[in-house]
Amino acid sequence: MILTDESVKAMKEAVGRYPKKKSAILPCLTIAHRQIGHLNDDIYREIARAVNIPYVEIAEAATFYTFFPKQPVGKHHIQVCHNISCALVGADGLCSYLEEKLGIRKGETTPDKEFSLVSVECLGSCATAPMMQVGDDFYENLNRAKVDEILSELKEKT
Amino acid sequence: MHYSPVITNADQAIKSDKLHLFRYVEDPNQKQIDTYMTHGGYTAWKKVLNDMSPEAVTGEVKESGLRGRGGAGFPTGVKWGFVPKDSTKPRYLICNADESEPGTCKDRVLMERDPHGMIEGMAIASFAIKSNLMFCYIRGEFGECIRATEAAMHEAYDKGMLGKNIMGTGYDLDMVIHTGGGAYICGEETALLNSLEGERGMSRVKPPFPAVEGLYACPTIVNNVETLAAVPFIVNNGAAWYKSMGTEKSAGTKLFSLTGHINRPGNFEVELGMPLKDMIYSPEFGNGIPDGKKLKAVIPGGASTPYLTPEQVETVLLDYESMEEHGSMLGSGAIIVLNEDTCIIWSIYKLIHFFRHESCGKCTPCREGTGWLEQIIKSILDGKGKPGDIERIEDLCENILGRTICPLGDAAVMPIQSAVKHFRGEWEFAIEHGRPMVKTDFAFT
Repeated sequence: MILTDESVKAMKEAVGRYPKKKSAILPCLTIAHRQIGHLNDDIYREIARAVNIPYVEIAEAATFYTFFPKQPVGKHHIQVCHNISCALVGADGLCSYLEEKLGIRKGETTPDKEFSLVSVECLGSCATAPMMQVGDDFYENLNRAKVDEILSELKEKT
Repeated sequence: MHYSPVITNADQAIKSDKLHLFRYVEDPNQKQIDTYMTHGGYTAWKKVLNDMSPEAVTGEVKESGLRGRGGAGFPTGVKWGFVPKDSTKPRYLICNADESEPGTCKDRVLMERDPHGMIEGMAIASFAIKSNLMFCYIRGEFGECIRATEAAMHEAYDKGMLGKNIMGTGYDLDMVIHTGGGAYICGEETALLNSLEGERGMSRVKPPFPAVEGLYACPTIVNNVETLAAVPFIVNNGAAWYKSMGTEKSAGTKLFSLTGHINRPGNFEVELGMPLKDMIYSPEFGNGIPDGKKLKAVIPGGASTPYLTPEQVETVLLDYESMEEHGSMLGSGAIIVLNEDTCIIWSIYKLIHFFRHESCGKCTPCREGTGWLEQIIKSILDGKGKPGDIERIEDLCENILGRTICPLGDAAVMPIQSAVKHFRGEWEFAIEHGRPMVKTDFAFT
């Protein structure tokens, strides 16, 4: 069993919030993602059993949504917005800088499993660009000095 | 903790009897219900519950001229009026907080800093359509918005603004926050409905329109955050007040996200009808383009709107009709400024990459066409363009436009068509010389 009792309880509560049970699929995926950091087939099956929704319906929805990584990611999952507003003020350079600092390429995780790096579509921080999201937190108006500082802070947390 | 540091013009709004959406967004306590109520919050909700009929609320909003602020600009009161009067099914109100059109970051400010304004607007809209259950669909990436909205929702229940028998009026209203999974398409209202029902977020054929058959096949109204946030002010100050702002066809105020090559990027609330030029160059807004660079183009309403040339920027106004006259759209109000160092092909590649990634795959022209367009545009950008590529791009665009269920297909091609039309020389140069005319390299320092 990968899901904790707490997650299962939260999933059951989510089911109770909706007029129709199936609506709880996305909330259940969100709960599992928060606990585990990624999703996969085993997790879909556990969710299916926990809330009694057919596995296929869980998997069908989950595979549509890119917010949930389908492979394990680093403890600090860094997502850099590469879309137009960010790109106009250096998002591609931000990405290269992170690659250089972390010693990994986009899509990879550091060998110690601490950091992973991806670039993603617009994260709604267009007027505070360039930016990156780490886990649940947004870091905006970035420059090299700020990135250095953020990475040091994150390393301390590990 | 990770509250957006974005610039707003709350300083102007607080001194104005017109600007209202941003009046208190720089007050760090505004997200708390007591402060919100000190600032007049929930008075409209009380007025509606005690003194108004649902028809009167809808009538007031219709009369105000408020139009949907998510991008489509459809009149809000008219939309509410489409809910069948004789329907015995439950009705639902959904707040579309899935803000993800590139360049757009305005709803996030409202949710993070003034979530009760949105909740009060949702409650009034629910009352107007006789709904007892409302949903707020927030994009999953917006952690701070989700936290702020959840906290505000609990406060609203505790204060008796939501729940059973609200303020002793016999009216029941519950709220559910639903968070998304990183799909832009779920901001399209029918895809949002599928997503909320636990399906893949793919759009539905209209008709039936959601107002008739929406969530769980019941009458449903989907409105954007900014649209709903304006509703309490319309109720309190009246339709005539709202109509006195803006232009004849574009009433009221609108939030604009100003981004890209601009000295003062930020979110600004202005009366509709203001010249775009003022937004870009006025010191109180954008304060011009950095380093004295020249303007190359503006994408005026988010990634799905046609490019404007510097000549058009001279005359266009920030309202629905002027944007249309200039061949573009007001969209979500996301103004993206491109300076002279920007390769148009590079900028278009950024956009088409986005739309190809976000196409839900339901309609063939969009699913296949956005991929083909991305490949051709990338090859031109990489200096591998072939004679006939421009015509191929035009042909593909024509065959996507108007041939898909939802507007994502149109959204993907309209900027491309405009960029080919206005900057054809750059495309021809890149194909002929095997390299783009402008090498794009925006430094990260």
